[in-house]
Amino acid sequence: MWDLAGHSLDVAKLRGATYADARVMHLRQRDLTTKNGEVGTLAQTESIGIGVRALANGAWGFASTDRLTKDGVAACAAEAVKIAQASALAKRSDVVMAPEDAYVDSWQSPFRKDPFEIPLEAQLDLLLKADAEMRRVKGVTLTETDLQFRKIDSWFASSIGSRIHQRKVISGCGIVATSYQGEEIQKRSYPNSFGGQHALRGYELVEETDLVKHAPRVAEEAVALHSAAQCPRKTGTLILGGSQLGLQIHESVGHPIELDRVLGQEANFAGTSFLTLDKLNTLKYGTEIVNVVADARLDHGPGLGTFGYDDEGVPAQCTDIIKDGQFRGYLSNRETAHLVGLARSSGTMRTESWNRLPIIRMTNISLKPGTWREDDLIAYTDDGIWMDTNRSWSIDDRRYQFQFSTEIAWEIKGGKKVRMLKNPSYSGITTEFWNSCDAICSRDYWTLWGTPNCGKGQPMQTMGTGHGAAPARFRNVNIGTAFGDK
Amino acid sequence: MRNRAGVHANEKAGLSQERRLKELIDSVIRLGKKSGAEETEVHVDETVDALTRFANNGIHQNVAEHGLTVSVRTVLDGKTARVSTNKLDEDSLRAAVESALSLAQSQPKAPHLLPMLGKQRYRTVRRFIPATAKLSAADRARAVRRACDLAVKNEQIAAGIFVSGQMQSAVGNSRGLFAPYRQTRAEFSITMQQGAATSWAKGNAADVRDLDPQALAERASKKAKLATNAVELPPNKYTVILEPAAVLDLVGFLFYDFAATALEDKRSCLNDRIGKQVFGKNISLVDDVYHPGQLGAPYDGEGMPRERVVLVEDGVPRNLVYGRASAKRARKKPTGHGFALPNEYGEAPMNLVFAGGKASLEEMIATTDHGLLVTRLWYIREVDPYEKVMTGMTRDGLFRVEKGKVTTAVRNFRFNQSVLEMLRNVEMMSHAERATGEEAFEMVVPAMKVSGFQFTEVTKF
Repeated sequence: MWDLAGHSLDVAKLRGATYADARVMHLRQRDLTTKNGEVGTLAQTESIGIGVRALANGAWGFASTDRLTKDGVAACAAEAVKIAQASALAKRSDVVMAPEDAYVDSWQSPFRKDPFEIPLEAQLDLLLKADAEMRRVKGVTLTETDLQFRKIDSWFASSIGSRIHQRKVISGCGIVATSYQGEEIQKRSYPNSFGGQHALRGYELVEETDLVKHAPRVAEEAVALHSAAQCPRKTGTLILGGSQLGLQIHESVGHPIELDRVLGQEANFAGTSFLTLDKLNTLKYGTEIVNVVADARLDHGPGLGTFGYDDEGVPAQCTDIIKDGQFRGYLSNRETAHLVGLARSSGTMRTESWNRLPIIRMTNISLKPGTWREDDLIAYTDDGIWMDTNRSWSIDDRRYQFQFSTEIAWEIKGGKKVRMLKNPSYSGITTEFWNSCDAICSRDYWTLWGTPNCGKGQPMQTMGTGHGAAPARFRNVNIGTAFGDK
Repeated sequence: MRNRAGVHANEKAGLSQERRLKELIDSVIRLGKKSGAEETEVHVDETVDALTRFANNGIHQNVAEHGLTVSVRTVLDGKTARVSTNKLDEDSLRAAVESALSLAQSQPKAPHLLPMLGKQRYRTVRRFIPATAKLSAADRARAVRRACDLAVKNEQIAAGIFVSGQMQSAVGNSRGLFAPYRQTRAEFSITMQQGAATSWAKGNAADVRDLDPQALAERASKKAKLATNAVELPPNKYTVILEPAAVLDLVGFLFYDFAATALEDKRSCLNDRIGKQVFGKNISLVDDVYHPGQLGAPYDGEGMPRERVVLVEDGVPRNLVYGRASAKRARKKPTGHGFALPNEYGEAPMNLVFAGGKASLEEMIATTDHGLLVTRLWYIREVDPYEKVMTGMTRDGLFRVEKGKVTTAVRNFRFNQSVLEMLRNVEMMSHAERATGEEAFEMVVPAMKVSGFQFTEVTKF
């Protein structure tokens, strides 16, 4: 692979590139699903190719191909330079890149059990057992389970001399029970909605998640939701479970800190950000207990945003985003770092595949744990609502106003969970919300959640991001707006 | 790498010849037979795409891709599985076939698996336009430059994309079926920003000559100017005039509700509502891949010819779409809307065409005493699957309409609105046109004037 990547760089340079990098990527994926006790999807995909990014006449070009021959990669590199020269016809200014060292390295995400080596029969057997457990519950009308495994090898080479090989193994699993009754569809998922939990781990993630054990509870709760009380509409105290808080972080912290959004580069599609450059070091993003980091290092955990190097050849880093409630940092790349006074990229360029240009992406954007025990959080809440497991999410294109609904909620009265509530939702303005946070649970309750489906860029790229979170409490939140006075 | 079955042999940037795809499919079918598969189905998908992206009045990203994927499904002993690869040498293709057989053998028999389809006849659709295929990076850059120059002249900031691409796909199987399709696509989308105000315009066509980037830039520029000095109104129920892109992105979320499998699974909002007056009597909807405003292949994931299906007639949901398996279970005829097997979702209508009306957008505005004109909607998600309550935001141009005139820009709202209710409250519609948005796939929709549209909160801009 190094020969091909190196050849593409030679050709790019010969054609006039002042800088070039190339990524050969080999992606393997296995998807297994069941529905109502039968196998749904049983598929395996493999894709290999090269993407070449070239800087010529001060502008960028990118081309990709699956023709992994000497001629194929040469043509691809030449096209990348030709496109860069076309870009220069309508460039605004010359691209300036922050300096970066050259690295020659190999990095592999740790895992105990290679999911591609586990017999398929065992994997399907697990799903069918979990499916059967859910179908035992009367009133369940649809059961779904899924496993997803990925193995990604990338060979990054750049004209400054980097040669970096990385291998990532990613596993994901989840179950869903749905119940249709009267004029209502309710559902419960485990361990999270929209595909479950995903992490940079091996099959051990699936074993630890124990889908079969949780299947009966998930099914029972889906049915019980029909007879639960409607979540009231009010302004009040909200406690978010860890997975929902993970998505809240993703939408109301992770996206607004992307420097390409801030600089208007995503204005036509994903949108911009309320975090204009004047907000850095001046905005009180949250209360003093709110501390958020962007941490791609393995020390942070095996999240979907964990790696050795980003797709621009910059080593993984930890950046303070919110420290003691103050806004402290953006996600940057080599092209944008200098615009916020940084000498170096924060290492967040990531690509979905060989045929996509790396763009600024979340890594693991995590809320640091607080000090509370979960029991105490409930015991010291006189009147509140605990919401869990996302059902819908939406936020405006500058990341101010959001609304989330969850699958389930529990009413807390006098320090106790007293009853289940259905159709819960809450909404607010990002900074007002984070400035109402008055309690965060400790590391004992902290999980690094995986969001496997973050869409951004044109052409659209889907990326996995990590979000560490423990349950937390927020005051004076708008609750129940989505369903009104139903 | 070994020989790639002749694919790309004489190609630089264009698609492979159809004959080459047929040879590739036949070679994989032969490998399937040699490996002991009772049946083999092969999908080939090839893409040549380029996208020029601009922001802050200049090009900042500019990409091109070329890829070809082979996807093989084998059947043995009533079991099936799929393996896809873009490694096209004979060893890799053989490995893909053997993996598909091995995956399939790991599972119980599939109870609803049908024998593969034999040879079919397809209606001809011409959606490959050489003028689009020939568009170069320099051509796109020059059009972008003109749009950015307009922005500079008007003291605005432009961001957007100009896409040109070509794709072809083919399905073949060991029972003699062969279904080829190719199309081109051009797309221009632009956001114009003036201070805190933005507006947006987008077009999409098979033929780049049907796309006028400069006209779209001018439209977005004019509306961005109108969108300045937005006032805040209280969230409430309003009469809204939804431009086609706003209608598309909202009603697009209904598409899967018309899948027979979705009703079987009891996750459709049409559960127990087929044949009832669910929508207003002025709402009629078909799925029609042959409509001149549509793109897409005239066959489904199994190679079944697509049929035009009347989904809603005078406000009453009449028919669903069926893949072969769901049709057999329901004792209906398959309509040619199935996804590639194996899958758990069955089928879906992908070429929605609304009947539309005769009013112009201007007439809708002129007949509105108090209302809002909505350019587009954003980040739409489902809140209540049975009542089909959707939430989302207005974006890039929300305007107040008073006494028949657009008077001022308005700060963006969040909505929580049942699509079923919305389609009962349509007062006027324009002629239906091919529209493109960001949340749903392209379809043929009218602009709509809708009463009682529920906005629940307001944002800061």
